[in-house]
Amino acid sequence: MQPEGEERMLTYLAAITEALAEEMRRDGDVLVLGEDVGGEFGGAFKATRGLAAEFGPKRVMNTPLAELGFTSMAVGMAFMGLRPVVEMQFADFISTAFDSIVQLAATSHYRWGAAVPLVIRAPSDGGLRSGPFHSQNPEAWFVHTPGLKVVAPATPADAKGLLTAAIRDNNPVIYFESKPLYRSLTGPVPAGEYVVPIGAAHLARAGDDLSIITYGAQVHEALAAAERLAADGVACDVLDLRTLKPLDEAAILESAAKTGKALVVHSANRLAGLGAEIAALISDRAFSHLDGPVRRLGGLDTPVPFSPPLEDAYRPNAEKIYRAALDLAQF
Amino acid sequence: MNPTRLDPRQRLELYYWMRLTRTFDERMVARWKQGRGIGGTFSQRGHEAISVGAGYALGPRDVVAPMHRDLGTFLLRGITPRRMFANLLGRETGPTGGRDVNLHGVGDLGLGIFSFISHLPQSLPVGLGAAMSFRYRDEPRVAVAFTGDGASNAGLFHETLNMASLYNAPLVVIVENNQYAYSTPTHDTMKVTDIAQRAGGYGMSGLTVDGNDVEAVYHASAAAIERARRGEGPTLIEAKTMRMLGHAIHDGAEYVPAGLLAEWEARDPVIGYAARLVQEGVTDPVELGEIDGRCQVEVTDAVEFAQASPLPRPETVTEGVYAA
Repeated sequence: MQPEGEERMLTYLAAITEALAEEMRRDGDVLVLGEDVGGEFGGAFKATRGLAAEFGPKRVMNTPLAELGFTSMAVGMAFMGLRPVVEMQFADFISTAFDSIVQLAATSHYRWGAAVPLVIRAPSDGGLRSGPFHSQNPEAWFVHTPGLKVVAPATPADAKGLLTAAIRDNNPVIYFESKPLYRSLTGPVPAGEYVVPIGAAHLARAGDDLSIITYGAQVHEALAAAERLAADGVACDVLDLRTLKPLDEAAILESAAKTGKALVVHSANRLAGLGAEIAALISDRAFSHLDGPVRRLGGLDTPVPFSPPLEDAYRPNAEKIYRAALDLAQF
Repeated sequence: MNPTRLDPRQRLELYYWMRLTRTFDERMVARWKQGRGIGGTFSQRGHEAISVGAGYALGPRDVVAPMHRDLGTFLLRGITPRRMFANLLGRETGPTGGRDVNLHGVGDLGLGIFSFISHLPQSLPVGLGAAMSFRYRDEPRVAVAFTGDGASNAGLFHETLNMASLYNAPLVVIVENNQYAYSTPTHDTMKVTDIAQRAGGYGMSGLTVDGNDVEAVYHASAAAIERARRGEGPTLIEAKTMRMLGHAIHDGAEYVPAGLLAEWEARDPVIGYAARLVQEGVTDPVELGEIDGRCQVEVTDAVEFAQASPLPRPETVTEGVYAA
């Protein structure tokens, strides 16, 4: 047993599993459900591996292929005071549960005061050559929906801390976990109880010349770009949003006002994406501090293509961020 | 079949709840026809025996997930006529505080009533979730969820019934087959004549009852509820009736053949039950008249309460989007 708070190096995926296990030990009302999550299999990405052995099939519940039905079932459980954590096998499949999330879960407290303590884990993002249906970033749909909270951790520590916060929250929280980070990213994670509050961004790197505002796997692309930019004499803030709804408006505005130049980056396609809202926020409320246009870098207005040259053309990366930021810095 | 015999007091209660539902509905429909309603609303006419018969079969700690033609269930489970009419008029004193329209949004966790959303059959999986929470906590409770014939064609119906049967959930599903999904008759949307047949595809029990016979609905529901409580799994009950007015208040339903309506008018669930109770010596016209009068007084009181209730203040519009 690790001493409380001591940091160990864990993968992003292990941090998710740890948060689930610790919350299930702490609170008997927490359960997980979804396709293939139970038994020894432990889910398509093994995020729930070991949980069925420890907690049994009642608390680690395999479901048929029925996202619409089992998401609403989880809402009914939440009405009764359970705290289900639903695994969407891929974030791409969340569209099949759209009604249950945006019509049912999101509106219940407003319409009749019924809290919905529900977490939906959605493995998202691409770069893994997985094609149009295993690479998507559908967060903008849910940020657009009143009544939901949306988080997107970029580090193992945040993966644990935000999942813990999401499970303890009394509202439906969509938890977008980055598939490309699952096993590629290892980082320090506090042992034992660790909560990262929903709604607080994190300044991952500080610099006075330009703000790169991003989240999820793109945080690491932005940090790599910022390193190169520093060598070119451009010092960047890299603001990791961590929570997409509610947005940490104060942190966004503070960074943009400080640097006067902002580049918003996300893997999701740019058109009507979250970057548009952030750009509008900055233009509206930090206009007098700006020294250039607010720029956005996102996926193209296409399905996410499969073949490496096509997917690389589709998706932002460190090189594209570097070029866009350099161009903005010289504006 | 009959798990419990209904005594005369219970039979009069069934009549009272149906009559209260009918009186409330007539007052509501009249008011809306006069242009004194707000938004749209849904008549309950034809559905009284289903919503009352099934709702009456619930135990005190059971949970119900009704739909928009289940005023009888809402009332007998404890949403007062006052709160219900206040919701119709968008008042602060309704269960939704003016946030949701007509019977939508009306729910009360303390009374074991889930609010429904327009997207039928969403009450089914939500009811399944309640049922699975009882299983999770080893509680001898049952969930009853309602939907319509139209919604039995949606994919979610299939997903939910499959899971309910797979998990042997303590769930009873009531399909109110009122023969029309808005303007489209059931025979234009499915090849089966009895929706209860579909239960076989999920390996669960299914039966069809006369949805205009409150005692038949009650007995079928009570048997299914007790079966579920014993851990013997879910049941699909199809209750056949006729939607006697339009889909919603604006709809004249000219597309429904007059002869079909006349046929079902002769089988009116409320009037028919009154005649049966007199015929079987349970009551007499004087006592029935007293019950009818009581319902009129209650509904008048509800309307007056609603009209006197404050409208919500606009500055509260953002309150309640999130739970604390």
